Amino acid sequence: MRTPVQFSLNGEEVAAFVEGGANLLDALRETVGDLTVKGGCWQGTCGTCTVLIDGAPRLACITLAETCAGRSIETVAGLRRGPDLHPLQTAFIEHFAAQCGYCTPGMLMAAKALLDRKPSPTREEVVEAIGGNICRCTGYEPIIEAILAASRAGDRRSA
Amino acid sequence: MTVAVKTFGRIGEAAAALSAERGARFFGGGTILMRMVNEADPDVATIVRSTDPALARLAVSSGRIELGAGATMAAILAERDLAFLHPVARTIGGPAIREAATIGGNLFAHSPYGDFATALLALDAIVAIAGGFGQREQPIEEFLAGRDRGGRQLVTGVSFRRPAADSFRFVKVARIRPKGVAVLSIAAQLPLASGRISGARIAYGAMDRAPVRAKAAERALEGRTLDAAGVAPAVAVAAEGAAPVDDAIASAWWRREILPVHLRRLLLGAGA
Repeated sequence: MRTPVQFSLNGEEVAAFVEGGANLLDALRETVGDLTVKGGCWQGTCGTCTVLIDGAPRLACITLAETCAGRSIETVAGLRRGPDLHPLQTAFIEHFAAQCGYCTPGMLMAAKALLDRKPSPTREEVVEAIGGNICRCTGYEPIIEAILAASRAGDRRSA
Repeated sequence: MTVAVKTFGRIGEAAAALSAERGARFFGGGTILMRMVNEADPDVATIVRSTDPALARLAVSSGRIELGAGATMAAILAERDLAFLHPVARTIGGPAIREAATIGGNLFAHSPYGDFATALLALDAIVAIAGGFGQREQPIEEFLAGRDRGGRQLVTGVSFRRPAADSFRFVKVARIRPKGVAVLSIAAQLPLASGRISGARIAYGAMDRAPVRAKAAERALEGRTLDAAGVAPAVAVAAEGAAPVDDAIASAWWRREILPVHLRRLLLGAGA
C-alpha cells in the first residue's frame, strides 16, 4: 500500500507516495528524483547516503520514509545556490578530496552537519564527524583537510 | 518487498498490535529492522511503530535512572547527567547511526553488536516490557537470556540505580576506534566499601550470542582491592562462562586470548 508523505526537501515542500516500508534513500531517488543521494550498502554501514534531517545527520537507507513526514531534509542538491558552490564543495575540489567520488555526497553532508553545529571544529572533531562514512579510495586525509579548510573559509552558509 | 506500516500514538496500542501478528516487528530507530526490510526478509510482514513521547523519555536523578526504549544514543550523549554512559554511547556507530540507534534496539542487537546492552547488564538494569499480558518488568540478565526464544513483546524502557561516582567502567575493543564493531566489550560496576570491592558486576559483549555476566570474575573480586595483586584472581578466571563465536571481526580463540588482558587493564584503570 502506498502512503502519502510530505516533507521539506532543501527548503521546498515535497509530497510523495511511498511504498510500505520504503526507505528514505529509495524515496528520494526513485520517487522524488533527487539523485544526489547515493546508495552504497543499504545496511547503514557505508554512510554515502547521509542526509540531514532537521539538521542532524541520518542514513537515508535505514530511515523509514514515513517517519520523515513534516521533517526538513537536506541533501547535496541543496548545497549549491545558483552558480555558487557551497564552501565545502569548493574545498573538496581544491583539496582533491574526491577520488572516485562515491562517498562524496555523504561526506559533504556529514561535514555540513558538523560545521552548522560547530563552525570551527578541531581535527579530532572532523574525524569523529565523518567516522561513519567510508571512503574505499582511502582518501581520508584530503577529506579532513578540505573540511578544515572550509571551516577556515568562514563564509559558510546554513541552508 | 512491500510491508505494512502501522503507527500508533500510544505504547499500549503498539504493544497489542505487535503481539497480535506473527510477522510484526517493532520499529525503534531502524538500524536493525530497516536492514531486514531492505533485504526483503520474509520474517518482516508488518512494521509497528509508536509516536508515544514516553518512549523517548530520560528521567535522570541522583538515585534511580529511567531511560525510554526509544531514547537514542545521541540523546544519551546530550544528557550531561548521564556522563558515565557517554563512553558507551560514543562507541556505537558514527554520528548518523547514533541519531537513530535506540536503547531498546540495542537490547535486541546480536553479537558482536549490543555494547549498550552490555553496559546495562553491568548496571543491573530492569527492563520494562509491554505485551498482550499488560506491563511487566524483568531483570536484564533474564531478559537477554530469553531474548531469542520468541515472543513479540515491546520493550518500553530500562531503569537502574545510578552507580556510585567513578565506579562504572567500560571498554570496547575494536579494530577501528572508537566506533568499529566490537572484538569484545567489557562493562563493570565496581563499588568499593572501605577500599575493597563489594558486589561487583562485570558484563561482556561479543563473548556469547548476547551480553553475559562474568560471574566467576565477579566472585573472585569480592573483598579484593583494585591493584595488581587484588585483581589477579579475577583475571585468572576471566573467560569462565564466556562462549564467544567466530565471526568476521575475530575468532573465538582470539577473543578468549585477549579478554583477560583487557579485563585486567579495565580493573586497574589502565584503559584499553
